[in-house]
Amino acid sequence: MTEVFFYLFTAIVLTFAVLAVTTRRILRAAVYLLFVLIATAVIYFITNFYFLAAVQILVYVGGIVVLIIFSILLTSHLDQRLEKPSALKVLFTTIAIIVGAIVTTYTIYGYNFQSNGREPEDTSVNTIGKQLLNYGDNGYVLPFEVISILLLAAMIAAIAIAKRDKEPADD
Amino acid sequence: MIEGIPINHILIFSTLLFFIGVYGFLTRRNLITILISTELMLNAVNINFVVFNRYLYPDKLEGQFFSLFIIAIAAAEAAVAIAIFINLYRNIKSINVEEVDKMKH
Repeated sequence: MTEVFFYLFTAIVLTFAVLAVTTRRILRAAVYLLFVLIATAVIYFITNFYFLAAVQILVYVGGIVVLIIFSILLTSHLDQRLEKPSALKVLFTTIAIIVGAIVTTYTIYGYNFQSNGREPEDTSVNTIGKQLLNYGDNGYVLPFEVISILLLAAMIAAIAIAKRDKEPADD
Repeated sequence: MIEGIPINHILIFSTLLFFIGVYGFLTRRNLITILISTELMLNAVNINFVVFNRYLYPDKLEGQFFSLFIIAIAAAEAAVAIAIFINLYRNIKSINVEEVDKMKH
């Protein structure tokens, strides 16, 4: 049963990813990205990472996709289609990604992945929070604090960049 | 570890997702669609971290933490990128990569 769900959702992710990079309507690309992100969250649920799946839905689906849709509405005309990439560009890019995918697949099959065979750690929010704010062994408090500074800096930068200048403006 | 699904299948799935993102990154001209392709690539990397965590080191949570940090950084990056796009659109009325050469000397 889990396998059926897994393969079903990988097929959904790949289909909508292809649509998102090939569609010529920009708002549809954003909606296809939304489907890709939700289906990825389902894959996280299948692998038992419930907290990560919740964060994926909250931050990506609730934050980034909404931000992208807003920026599309602010910068594009919705009835206008994106121009087609030239045939030569499509050809060379396809060759490049096929070669890259073949090399990666070859490497994956050539490497013998060995599990360390331990019992799975429980992935409850309790364990995650304790380890995230732990400053002893296996603690992640330093990256946690660095990320919080980064988010603050990004917020200030976004406001400073997008703020309209006061002085010129005869438009 | 998920029963019945070998690790190679998931890794190939994330490889395909990553290269679909690369295809979009190289062929698109609109900056917002390039950002969408970048999000696809970051998503593929996240899947890889989660799978390595679950299959190879099931007693640790490292892969999950890296995925969380990647999601947070992706959010910050998207916010700054979209602020830049809106500012560009205000100045040159376009967000096509070919027309964004104003800062070239």
